[in-house]
This record gives sequence, structure tokens and C-alpha cells, in this order.
Amino acid sequence: MERNRGWGLTMSERKIRVLVAKPGLDGHDRGAKVVARALRDAGMEVIYTGLHQTPEQVAEAALQEDVDVVGLSILSGAHMTLVPRIKELLAGRQMADVPLMVGGIVPEEDAQKLLAEGYADAVFTPGDPLEKIIDWIKEKCRGE
Amino acid sequence: MWDQEKMAELKETAARQAYRGKNGERCSAFTTISGAAVKDLYTPADIENLDYLRDLGFPGKYPYTRGVQENMYRGRLWTMRQFSGFGDAYDSNRRYRYLLDQGQTGLSVAFDMPTIMGYDSDHPRAEGEVGRCGVAIDSLADMEVLFSGIPLDKITTSMTINGPASVLWCMYLAAAEKQGVTWDKIGGTIQNDILKEYIAQKSWIFPPEPSMRLITDIFAFASRHVPRWNTISISGYHIREAGSTAVQELAFTLADGFAYVEAGIAAGLDVDEFAPRLSFFFNAHLDFFEEICKYRAARRIWARRMKEHYGAKNPRSWMMRFHTQTAGCSLTAQEPENNIVRTALEALAAVLGGTQSLHTNSMDEVLALPTEKAVRIALRTQQIIAYESGVANTIDPLGGSYFIEALTSRMEAEAEDYFKRIDELGGVLAAIDRGFFQQEIADAAYAFQQAVEQGERIVVGVNRFASGEPLQIELLKIDPAVEQKQVERLRELKQKRDAIAVSVCLDRLKKAAAGTENLIPHILEAVKAYATEGEIIAALKEVFGEYKEQPLF
Repeated sequence: MERNRGWGLTMSERKIRVLVAKPGLDGHDRGAKVVARALRDAGMEVIYTGLHQTPEQVAEAALQEDVDVVGLSILSGAHMTLVPRIKELLAGRQMADVPLMVGGIVPEEDAQKLLAEGYADAVFTPGDPLEKIIDWIKEKCRGE
Repeated sequence: MWDQEKMAELKETAARQAYRGKNGERCSAFTTISGAAVKDLYTPADIENLDYLRDLGFPGKYPYTRGVQENMYRGRLWTMRQFSGFGDAYDSNRRYRYLLDQGQTGLSVAFDMPTIMGYDSDHPRAEGEVGRCGVAIDSLADMEVLFSGIPLDKITTSMTINGPASVLWCMYLAAAEKQGVTWDKIGGTIQNDILKEYIAQKSWIFPPEPSMRLITDIFAFASRHVPRWNTISISGYHIREAGSTAVQELAFTLADGFAYVEAGIAAGLDVDEFAPRLSFFFNAHLDFFEEICKYRAARRIWARRMKEHYGAKNPRSWMMRFHTQTAGCSLTAQEPENNIVRTALEALAAVLGGTQSLHTNSMDEVLALPTEKAVRIALRTQQIIAYESGVANTIDPLGGSYFIEALTSRMEAEAEDYFKRIDELGGVLAAIDRGFFQQEIADAAYAFQQAVEQGERIVVGVNRFASGEPLQIELLKIDPAVEQKQVERLRELKQKRDAIAVSVCLDRLKKAAAGTENLIPHILEAVKAYATEGEIIAALKEVFGEYKEQPLF
């Protein structure tokens, strides 16, 4: 289902809107903040939730902010619980089609599982260049 | 040492040499990892104003630039203290015994996120997080298991806990009593540094004011009843991990330290009553000399402030004792074995900087909690430095180096500039409120990442010399059944304990929290009645409320 993208602009005119969210209890926000700023510098509209968000808060923020992409940063090891939960909550808000990316400390095996089961569309881990994240978002949103 | 004429000649020669060298240099600008300029050559001209007795002195003597002990590592080596904890108390107890068997000389407890945030394992917010990045501790019963078979009068323990530090500390005190060990015999450290939580680590619970009260309550209680306990570990580690420069780490940490001293004095304590038990915790990052200078500058600044500004008379109040951990943020997920080398260099800097205790990161910590093999190599790294390298044979071996002394003084001056700015903002709490530290750190983190992305900073195996080979390393897995077992144990505990006693204790605690008396005796009573951490924190939240951040990036 197509959500209202607002302002009567076409996708290529409107800035890409990204939610950068910190679900779970860990306080490691360096990565989330660096990514948020890089996306902003790349011309995107970034909404950063701040720390310690519940899955419900993240999904609700995604809906309220009408974002094109959701990014989750998790470094507490709780990704296998939190990512599927948030994906389901997004689906419950007719946002199943919104690309979901995950960043943080996610072992390869878990990353493969999240991707294979459709809970995440991309997993970025330490050492991945910011450019790779930016390119991925542009491709997902505009087919660039 | 130098007359004016000779000094002028020396300066001229050094400048000529630098000018000639410019053409053949491999970079346009040489900087530390923090972006501070580094010259080609340092000479006596760079430390012209240094006065040996005033600025360096002797080890174990004011201003302690060369170290806090008279004989430093010739007497006793630093404590080798690996930060460790995962799964439940049984899992972690096994790991502690293993580390002690391998020659580790102190314990350092890593708690899981629910414990750090004051939630029990059965709280909805704890789901998926129990035992994941530390050990799950819900009550005194878990604490008893955690230290079973480990004599608390022989081993010192450091606990990385902040918001709920008072509760976990009371559990430790009660566990010691159960072992028959009196409080005058136990030693250790609680991190208990809430200011750096607001600034960098972001694991807060209560707003600043009641948080500072809990901290000064601990200062007061410990000075009377637990004299060997380090009541706080004022931490730059997390500030650096969040992306700060070395000078920011130095300045913000010491500014926090001054704020705690002022809070103690404001709470009616004499500075010499609590200052000797304040301790510090720094990062050891990759830029070797910058790190060594950071530790030396930190000791000098602290000693001067404590003596001259706060009027401390006990030399122990002037001495900055600190723990060091190698930089987690310097490790790479690519070619993780290279992290062993990075960690060794960082550990060497910490030792040459005169640390009192040290944690060396394991090569796999950027990927998961460390395996037993990885943590053994990390510990062996310290042992090789201690017993094979010879660097611990003499005191402050780099003292007197033109470069080291010039950089130490420069970092001290730059830190003093930050102290002025923080004062102008109205002090540490006001600066936190205005997002000053948070923004400074976020800016530095972003600048560093940009430099890496653009290849100005080389990270071996990542943006240069990358082999591209797939990762082959064994990782520690946390059994998902841990959470269920822990929740089950918690349920059993709640059935077994005297529920009325628990609720009486919690009510008393709430009343006390609404007043002004010291809260530690009340928390101890609740802990001994097997009230859980989550229950005690929830009771305090009712009175104190919760902290809310203003997200910025």
C-alpha cells in the first residue's frame, strides 16, 4: 500500500527521510550519531530518536515522521530480539515496505539470519564506510 | 642550564633544520590521532620554562608527574584486571576463577544492560538483554554466587556500575559479610561516575541532583565503614570511546573530578576525608606518546588543584591513582588478530604512563564478548610487558624527553583552557545541560570518521592493506536459555523471601530518600532482605524521577 508522501513532491524532489533509532538499553551512540550526521551531510532529512527507545517508540516515531528508511543501532547483543519486534510493529503500521537497516555489533551469523528471514534489509558493521550506507539508502529509495 | 645566548642559537638551528626538512616529508601535516600538531624535532628550546622540581619532581612526591609511588613498578607491578562478565552469576564466577588461575591479580565485573539500567531480568525492557554484554545480577543471592569460592579479603574487585552503584555496592558489602569478611578488610572500586554517563556513556537513571546525593552518601559511608574502598572511578574512558580527543578526555574527566570534590565539600565533608579514595579511569588509545603525556599531565593537574585550589593537606588527596583500559574503539572487525598488536602498543603506553591497574582488550571484542582464548592472549600481553620487556625496571623512563615534556605541558595548558570554558558555562552540570560536552565529542567523532573515510587516517586492514579475506575466528555465544533461567531464579527468590520485610525496607528507603539522611544504611537493609535491584531502583525513582536527554547529533 502506498502511503501519503506529503507536500505533493515527487520522490526525486523530496529529501529522503531517515529515522536513526537507538532501541534497547545500551548507551553507545557514537555510531548512530556519526551515521546520522553523514546522512544529513548527504542531503537527507534525519530524525534521531535518542537513546533507550522501546520497539513501540521506534515504530511510532517512524510512522509519525513518515520516514523512507529506518536505521537501528544496537550494540548490546539484543538485536535478535529487537529487530524482529520492530519489523513486526512497523508492519502493523502499514510500514512493512519501509527499508530497515541495522548497525552495530552484529555477528555475521545473526546478520545472515536477520536478512534471510526478512527482518532486516541491510546490516552494517564496524569498518563499513559511511559511503556504503549512503549508497544503499539512495538505491533503496530512488533506485540510483 | 642554558644561557640566553646559547638558547637563541639552539632555536635558530632547530628552525633552520625544520625548514630544510620540509621538502622531503611524506605528509603535509603530522598530527597525533587527536589532530594535535607534532613538530619534526624537539629540543631543550621546547621545554625552556620547565622547572624540574616544580613541574616534575620525584615519583611519589608532589606534583606526582613521574608517578604516584616512590618505587613504582620496582615495588609492585600494576594490577592486571580484566573486565569480565557474561550470562548469569554461575557463568561469570567460572570465568573469574579461570582468570585468577591464569595469574590475573584483581577482578573487574561487567554487568549486563538491565543491571546497569536498574531493571530486573524479568522486566519487559530487559527482554533479549539478560546476560548479553555482562553478567545479570538481580539480588544479593546472585552476588553471593558471583563471588563464591573467591575470598573477598584477598582479592580486590572493581565494579563498572553507575546509576545503581549504591545498590550493587551494598550487595557486595553484604556478600562479604556472608563470607565472614569484615568491611575494613575488603578493597575495590565502584565506578559510580554519573557525570560521564550524562556526557558520554549514557547509562543514567536519576536526574543529576539526586544522583550526586547518592554519590556523596557513598563517600561519607565509605570513609567511616569501608576505608579501603575507592568510592568512585572518575572516567575518561567512555568519553574517549564516544569519540573525544585526548585533551578532551583529559579535561572533561578532571572537570568531573573537580565537580565531585565540590559536591563532597558542599555535602559537609572535609576534603581530606574523601579525596584519598577518589580514583580515575583512562583510555589507552593508539597514539603512543600522546597517551603517555595525557597520564602525566593528569597527575600534575590533579595534584595542583587539590593542593592549591581545594586546600587538601593529605598527600593522598593530591595523588591521582588510575585504572586504564585499552581503546575498544581502536579495534577493527577486519583481521581481528591485528588487534592483539594494537592492544599491546596501547598497554605499553599505559604502563609507561604509570597506571595502577590495566585491562587489555581481547582481539575479538569488536565482534562479541571475548572467548577464553582471546582473553588469555590479552592477559599474556600484560605479562609480557611486565616480565619480558624490561620497561618496568625503571621509573618514568621517558621523563625528561624533550618531546614528552613539551607535549605534557601543552596538554596541561589545553586542559586548563577547557576548565575556563566550563566555568564560563556555569560548571559541569550546566555544561551538560547545554549539551556542551556532548557536542564537542560528537564533533570530534565525526571529524575523525571523516578523516578515516577520506584516507587521511590510515587504519591497517580496513582502509589500507586490506586482505579482504573472510573472517575466521571463533566467537563466544551467550546461551539464550540464560535469560529464562535467570527469570525463573528471580521468581523462586520472590517466593522464598519474607515479602513483608521487603516492603517495609522499601517504604523506609522511600521516606529517607524524600528527606536528607544518608541512604546507604537503608539500601543495605533492603539488599539484605533480598529486595531486588529493580525494586530498590523503582522505589528511588518514585522519589527522584528519571533523567531525560536532549538528543543531538
